[in-house]
Amino acid sequence: MSAAGAADAPSLIELSGIGKTYANGTVALTGVDASIRQGGFVSLVGPSGCGKSTLLRIIAGLIAEDHGKLGWPATGARPADIGFVFQDATLMPWASVADNVYLPLKLKGLGRVEAGPRIEAALKRVGLSDFAAAFPRELSGGMKMRVSIARALVTEPPVLLMDEPFAALDEFTREKLDGDLLALWQAQGFTTIFVTHSIYESVFLSERVLVMGARPGRMLAEIEIGEPYPRGRAFRESPRYVEICARVSAALREGAAI
Amino acid sequence: MKRDDTLSARIMRILVPVAAGILFLLLWEAFVTIREIPRFVLPAPSVIFESLVQNFGSLMGSLWVTLRVTIAAFLLAVVGGVGLAILFSQSRHVEMALFPYAIVLQVTPVVSIAPLILIWVGYDNVEFALLILAWIVAFFPILSNTTLGLRSADHNLRDLFRLYGASRWQVLTELQLPSALPYMLAGLKISGGLALIGAVVAEFVAGSGSGNGLAWRIVEAGNRLDIPRMFAALFLLSALGIAIFFGLSLLENRLLRRWHESAVRRES
Ligand SMILES: Nc1ncnc2c1ncn2[C@@H]1O[C@H](COP(=O)(O)OP(=O)(O)O)[C@@H](O)[C@H]1O
Ligand SMILES: [Mg+2]
Repeated sequence: MSAAGAADAPSLIELSGIGKTYANGTVALTGVDASIRQGGFVSLVGPSGCGKSTLLRIIAGLIAEDHGKLGWPATGARPADIGFVFQDATLMPWASVADNVYLPLKLKGLGRVEAGPRIEAALKRVGLSDFAAAFPRELSGGMKMRVSIARALVTEPPVLLMDEPFAALDEFTREKLDGDLLALWQAQGFTTIFVTHSIYESVFLSERVLVMGARPGRMLAEIEIGEPYPRGRAFRESPRYVEICARVSAALREGAAI
Repeated sequence: MKRDDTLSARIMRILVPVAAGILFLLLWEAFVTIREIPRFVLPAPSVIFESLVQNFGSLMGSLWVTLRVTIAAFLLAVVGGVGLAILFSQSRHVEMALFPYAIVLQVTPVVSIAPLILIWVGYDNVEFALLILAWIVAFFPILSNTTLGLRSADHNLRDLFRLYGASRWQVLTELQLPSALPYMLAGLKISGGLALIGAVVAEFVAGSGSGNGLAWRIVEAGNRLDIPRMFAALFLLSALGIAIFFGLSLLENRLLRRWHESAVRRES
């Protein structure tokens, strides 16, 4: 399970010359090109304000690009199901964990009984089977984020978009969730775009890191990681890892200097 | 251990104010007796209680009238306030057109509209006029709080609903109304008290002989210098106000206790 062998398949997401200017005149993105393979894991890193969230929202279809083209070569159109995870878990405080995970299915008209097994499966995947009846406020930050991931994956979407999902968590919890996310990705094969401002996290997780710069938001560099999965402690502690992190860091600095 | 703690804490929360109240009544009784203050200036609690028992029938009848008007006005305020707030949330244009007039209704003192409403409705139908006036006072907090609440839904959750293709109806029922619930309940608590105030003030304005709620009992007792009876009616009004407040607080607690900060009991 890795990027190898998929190079010749049509990519799932094709961005060419994407630009977005907000109504107030802020140029959030200009000329963004990128191509993301089906089943791939790509990270977006860049300083805050460089348009990472904007790009993610364009891919999700929440807002429209006003330049360039967003294509879906492998499927022909945007998939009906897209999982989205925000920086804060964004749970409904009035609903139990199970009901939060049920939400996407409910909005699609699936009955609670029919949805039951899928909710259970989703909770099991993130290790929260025992917390189905709990309310969000009774959970820790890491557990809330797991619920958010279970909710995003309950529809078994082909694409998972994550916008700085673990940024508010402590280092220990974050590393644990990084590992769990990779395991889920390997098991389920959804295409992942992971936004982070942590260079270390981006290098550890992804097949490829897209480095972005601000003012105006644009793509600066693409860095292939080329490390096979599963990845673990050994990779985090290897000299190669440190060297790649330094390269990403240099690309970021170059962008800031211009 | 923990259970005992909270239980005894809860008992204390009831016991302490009750004890303070009893002490206050005893001091009042002693003060009036020792200083020999005439009962038409300040009656002793025992005398007030006596009057309450003596006039029980007429006071209860009046209590029922005031209660009836208050509850009807309150329920109509809930229906009108929440309904209009939902309408506002669905159409910004409707909100823009109507909200200023809701404010006009709110800032105009109810006492000053009362005579007009009474004339329109007619003096043979005072209770209906009281209902309208109490409704006007009670309606605005529910409207403004619910309007605010419906707008306060988390914007990321809104995006999520959009991502999953939720209909307007689903956004309203699954996201906006639950988000608005704490705001709405805060509005209800204010409005419950205001409905009572509105009912009483309106009856005062309606004037002599027209009403037969508690306000009229107070006016009547005042005219006859029957101060113990005045106090008895006052006591019933306060009791009614307290009952409304506690009833709505209980409702709030029941509905929010599992999820909202305001209703969650924290340890320590
Ligand atoms: N809805 C919006 N209206 C106007 N400007 C916006 C809006 N959303 C984001 N921006 C601006 O666009 C730029 C990119 O924002 P964003 O995509 O959130 O960046 P990032 O996620 O990388 O921090 C920033 O300058 C931000 O202030
Ligand atoms: Mg962002």
